[in-house]
Amino acid sequence: MPELTYREAVRDALSRAMREDDDVFIMGEDIAEMGGSMGVTQGMLAEFGPDRVRNTPISEMALVGAGIGAAMQGMRPIVEIMYEDFTTLAMEQIVNQAAKHRYMSGGQVKVPLTIRTQGGAGWSPGAQHAQQVEAWFVHVPGLKVVFASTPSDVRGLLWSSIYDDNPVLFFEHRMLYPIKEEVADELEPVPLGQARVHREGEDVTVIATGRLVHESLAAAAEAEKEGVSVEVVDPRTLQPLDEEALVSSVKKTNRCVVAHEAVVRGGYGAEVAAVVQHQAFDWLDAPIERVGSKFTPIPFAPVMENFVVPDAVDVLEAIRKTVERTGG
Amino acid sequence: MAKVESKRGALSEERLRDFLREMLLIRHVEEKVEERFRAGELPGFLHVAIGQEAVAVGVCQAMEDGDVFASTHRAHAHTLARGTHPNELMAELYGKIEGCSHGYGGSMHLYDVERGNLGANAVVGGGLPAITGAALAFKLRGETRVSVAFFGDGATNIGTFHEALNLASLWKVPAVFVLENNHWAESTPAKQQLPISDLEKRAVAYGMHSTKVDGQDVEVVFKAARRALDYARSGKGPVFLVCETYRLVGHFVGDAQVYRPKGELAELRETQDPITKLRERLGIPDDEFEAMDAEALEVAEGAVAFAKAGTDPKPEDALKNVYA
Repeated sequence: MPELTYREAVRDALSRAMREDDDVFIMGEDIAEMGGSMGVTQGMLAEFGPDRVRNTPISEMALVGAGIGAAMQGMRPIVEIMYEDFTTLAMEQIVNQAAKHRYMSGGQVKVPLTIRTQGGAGWSPGAQHAQQVEAWFVHVPGLKVVFASTPSDVRGLLWSSIYDDNPVLFFEHRMLYPIKEEVADELEPVPLGQARVHREGEDVTVIATGRLVHESLAAAAEAEKEGVSVEVVDPRTLQPLDEEALVSSVKKTNRCVVAHEAVVRGGYGAEVAAVVQHQAFDWLDAPIERVGSKFTPIPFAPVMENFVVPDAVDVLEAIRKTVERTGG
Repeated sequence: MAKVESKRGALSEERLRDFLREMLLIRHVEEKVEERFRAGELPGFLHVAIGQEAVAVGVCQAMEDGDVFASTHRAHAHTLARGTHPNELMAELYGKIEGCSHGYGGSMHLYDVERGNLGANAVVGGGLPAITGAALAFKLRGETRVSVAFFGDGATNIGTFHEALNLASLWKVPAVFVLENNHWAESTPAKQQLPISDLEKRAVAYGMHSTKVDGQDVEVVFKAARRALDYARSGKGPVFLVCETYRLVGHFVGDAQVYRPKGELAELRETQDPITKLRERLGIPDDEFEAMDAEALEVAEGAVAFAKAGTDPKPEDALKNVYA
């Protein structure tokens, strides 16, 4: 079993798809010679050439729109938006075009486009290179939204996204690129819409995405020392959502914490909390706790950034709150 | 299709008569759209292309099978000119499943993928980047197809226009960008929305081959479009084709046009109607023209009857086609 970093796992999925299928190609800013601002596509220009590893101008609307047009012709383009903050520049193309062509045409066209992007705090890039915007896209019918937290997941989910016939927003987390995991020799696709239980537990379910999966696992280890058994579940795909996996976990543990790096207000956790309370209302022994960033832009100074962005300590506090309600 | 151009590039009289019939058909369908909207039969809101028929017919007749295009909120003429049956167009306007978008799109979202219609777009400029992308797909696959974008002068102020043209020119993809310059962005005249009057200059910044023609002369448009398509198809890169045209109606059906200078519309209808121009040029006698006109009217009326007899979607059909 080879060990891959999250970064290498993304590259592996891209490269395998491009080796097998001439219709797959990648476009983005600085992805060719430079290998991407995060180094994800390093070496791919040499293997696949400039036609299929396409450096683009700084031009997100055209970049996404060109991906839409090529996808409507049956290709499977993968567009890289350097930072998820910059998806704002292509919002019209994503929301009004990619998401709606199939619907508005009455089912005549498909848009098998994957938009890869990354972001996240923890390295003081400031307010325009660190926010987490995945929840915005979950609100748009016609889009699928994926947020991978481990090397095996990012590889298997990216493969499934490339071969999905719908536009997929594929979120990677900046701070996860160096993490390692043993993966199978052969790429194992991870179906979209299937959650992953990272750790089984009896007392509290933590539903976490992205970097917060790892923070939640750390919090769970701490909680165990306090005699609290925590189950950690990563939905992995935010749309479509594996409601069954989340709800059945909460029905077992009777308590729930949702955790993500994006701000709490209007965050994806609000949707998860609504789904869980509605389907597991009679099983809940405590209000669902939400963990996320405080309601500010991401600040620059490391002490302030650290204050705003959640980590294992915040998850642990939320776990304790739900447990304290026992018998309440 | 038989070759209709002589060695010197002149179109046969028969071909021009076909163009006239096509323009008449579009005109009558558009007039029916106005009439049926005013009668309260058509939901939503509508934009007709009366006055701009020569651009639609000239460009669409120059396209070849396999070529694709994206249209605008003013999409009926392009859709008809590229071969979608008036029945299917009208059924779409009535929200019927027999419509060319099966009732999911409406007037501003006409699709007919079989005929290369990749969708009319209700976001000004919204369809342009995908035309660059479709052309990129043709280039990557080595296909000799061309993608065509229609848009108005108002769209030349929006970012998608500039980004799409920049990328298309940079990558030399086989696309033709057809500017229908009708001098109005909804109710806003050119002088309030454009810092330059010669919009062909827009292409200069992108190093794109460009040409400007009288959009009220269908033969001129056809020839320019054919040259543009040939140029793009041969791999030389995209072309910016500016067609100077006139919207002989309001922005939308029911628009009181309080913004139009008095008398402008009447004068333009007198001097800039592409149908009158072609008819006079061909010297078609009254009785013959009336017969052509009656034939087009009959098809338009048939389309209304077809649409009215169409099938309503089931309400829950709204849940289909969200995902593939």
